[in-house]
Amino acid sequence: MSSVPAEQHYRDARPSARPAGQILQVRDLSVEYLMNQGSVVAVDRVSFEVDPGEFIGIVGESGCGKSTLLFAIAQLLSPPAQISGGSVLFKGGNLVGMTAKQLNVIRWKDMSVVMQSAMNALNPVKSVGAQFKDAMRAHGVSSAADIASRSAQVLRMVGIDPVHLKSYPHQLSGGMRQRSMIAMAMLFTPDLVIMDEPTSALDVVAQRSLMVQIKELQRELGFAVIFVTHDMSLVSHFSDRLMVMYAGQVAELGATRQVFDSPLHPYSVGLLDAFPSIRGPRVPLTGIPGSPPDLARPPAGCRFAPRCPKVMDRCQQEPPELYTVDGTLVRCFLHAAGGAGHD
Amino acid sequence: MTEPAMTEPPMTEPLLRTAGLTKHFKIGNTLSRRTLHAVDDVSLEIGEREIVALAGESGSGKSTIARLLAKLYTPTSGEIYLQGRPLSAIRSRADMLRYRGEVSMVFQDPFASINPVFRMSHGVLRGLKLHRPELSARQRQQEALRVFDAVGLTPAAEVLTRFPHELSGGQRQRVGFAQALALAPKLILADEPVSMLDVSIRIGLLNLMAQLRDNEGVSILYITHDIASARYVADRLIVMYAGQIAESGPVEDVLASPKHPYTQLLLSAVPDPRAPLTISAETDKGEPPRVIDPTPGCRFRWRCPVAIDECHQVTPPLRRLLPQHDAACHVAVSDAPTRAF
Repeated sequence: MSSVPAEQHYRDARPSARPAGQILQVRDLSVEYLMNQGSVVAVDRVSFEVDPGEFIGIVGESGCGKSTLLFAIAQLLSPPAQISGGSVLFKGGNLVGMTAKQLNVIRWKDMSVVMQSAMNALNPVKSVGAQFKDAMRAHGVSSAADIASRSAQVLRMVGIDPVHLKSYPHQLSGGMRQRSMIAMAMLFTPDLVIMDEPTSALDVVAQRSLMVQIKELQRELGFAVIFVTHDMSLVSHFSDRLMVMYAGQVAELGATRQVFDSPLHPYSVGLLDAFPSIRGPRVPLTGIPGSPPDLARPPAGCRFAPRCPKVMDRCQQEPPELYTVDGTLVRCFLHAAGGAGHD
Repeated sequence: MTEPAMTEPPMTEPLLRTAGLTKHFKIGNTLSRRTLHAVDDVSLEIGEREIVALAGESGSGKSTIARLLAKLYTPTSGEIYLQGRPLSAIRSRADMLRYRGEVSMVFQDPFASINPVFRMSHGVLRGLKLHRPELSARQRQQEALRVFDAVGLTPAAEVLTRFPHELSGGQRQRVGFAQALALAPKLILADEPVSMLDVSIRIGLLNLMAQLRDNEGVSILYITHDIASARYVADRLIVMYAGQIAESGPVEDVLASPKHPYTQLLLSAVPDPRAPLTISAETDKGEPPRVIDPTPGCRFRWRCPVAIDECHQVTPPLRRLLPQHDAACHVAVSDAPTRAF
């Protein structure tokens, strides 16, 4: 590939230079795992949009389909998982059905992914700098000087001394590894960064500091973030909107503050009540009794009905749709009267 | 070997006490021999019917303490006393089994700590046979039913016949507590017992720990990095930093007025949707030290915004600042709050 001037690669980072309109539209996306006994629907008709520069948090328990959803958006699913329906429109093009070659142009450049475990995501036998170089070479940056200066620049952005470009992953602490993964995702200043629990392996202090760092980079560079976590309180201060997933479906989707202050779905209420606080009075908590349903045999009605403290007869018989209440989408019959069905 | 004569411990003797407990690991090769100070001079007490939370970052030595107390490691120096009896005096296998029954353990990963090819009854019955030989087969069966009931695995008779893959993570961790409880322990060492579980079922396990304290009269050492859960369930909190105790005291006292700057940093980092954000990216990069061949001085001094000259020269001892409330900090004083973070 011929050398392209570096300026063409690192787009103008100012938020005002971003394209207007939604950069990502996920429409009725479904993912199945093909098993011997039949298929398991792990993600069931999930729809949402991401605006430029938006931070959207996706929370849920293990097995709720949140990571599968991320992988489906990034087109990283491997058998037995496959997209069984829906579309992922990213900057106008449908990622579903794109060839590897078409996706290669987008990856790192327009959209990058930060994985849960940086220890596994980084190549243990290559220095951090060599891995940055790989990603840049793949996108046509061939000048060694360009590569070196940009690599040092992104590392400095996440608060790591550029001397660590020569370091191997095992020489870095867990927090520094995650930071260098994020630096790598910033190489081309993408429009969208997808993060799958990037802080879950870190201590609480390192976790907090990394979250603040991500938010500051986002403010500065204007990229959008989809952030998956099982820890609802972690994103409370950082996300614009919050999606609560349960058993492969969207349970609630709304402005973060609103979901925290007045959660609508009984599952969201239960999740919020499951976190003890370090402030205020010590109150007994109950958590949510029971466990999530087996997705190979989901309940006939609402999937949360077997654990729901407010279950009604209707919940056992028919599955609820998503209803709109003050701009928040909620999949619960308690709010069916409040608005028209959504999907 | 005959059992040493049991003398009734004095009333002031706590259930378990450590004095100057230290564990060093040798690392490196013959050319660069170095010593990692995993636990340094830790003196702590656990009372009867008390849940003590041991909190700290990974690498702070909290799991090493659990392993020392479980007699999986031999201390480099220092002593552990269970009801006044020193652990180093244990010689016979019978005494050893008795100690391990009195101080039993619950592991972090409920998916790895239960043998997948045996029914649930297998582990608990084996533990009973080994540690409580006085029970008959029939009594063992009854005791297994009782402990499964006590941890909320009902119907106990049915759960005992299940295989691990038939149980959820939360249920498996309850099995872990049942197995520990079956040994009629005085103290349960619970090393991050809920960190692998989903948030919606963690609370159930924390409530179970409180029930075991109240109904079964056991004490629990709850090792965690989650301060909020420590506050929820524990009576006392011990904060570890780099192998040493930074602060200890009644959990509400420590959280209401943390004396050690590290405790303050830890508290400021706990995500709380109900509180405003107080930390910035510059506050702290959150890198815990590896304690290899440490020099004298406070181990937190490199991260501490209020460090004074003395902190670089002298390792601060744990000082009593308030009733029952200790901190290892030169700067901390009893009344005025030194807020570093």
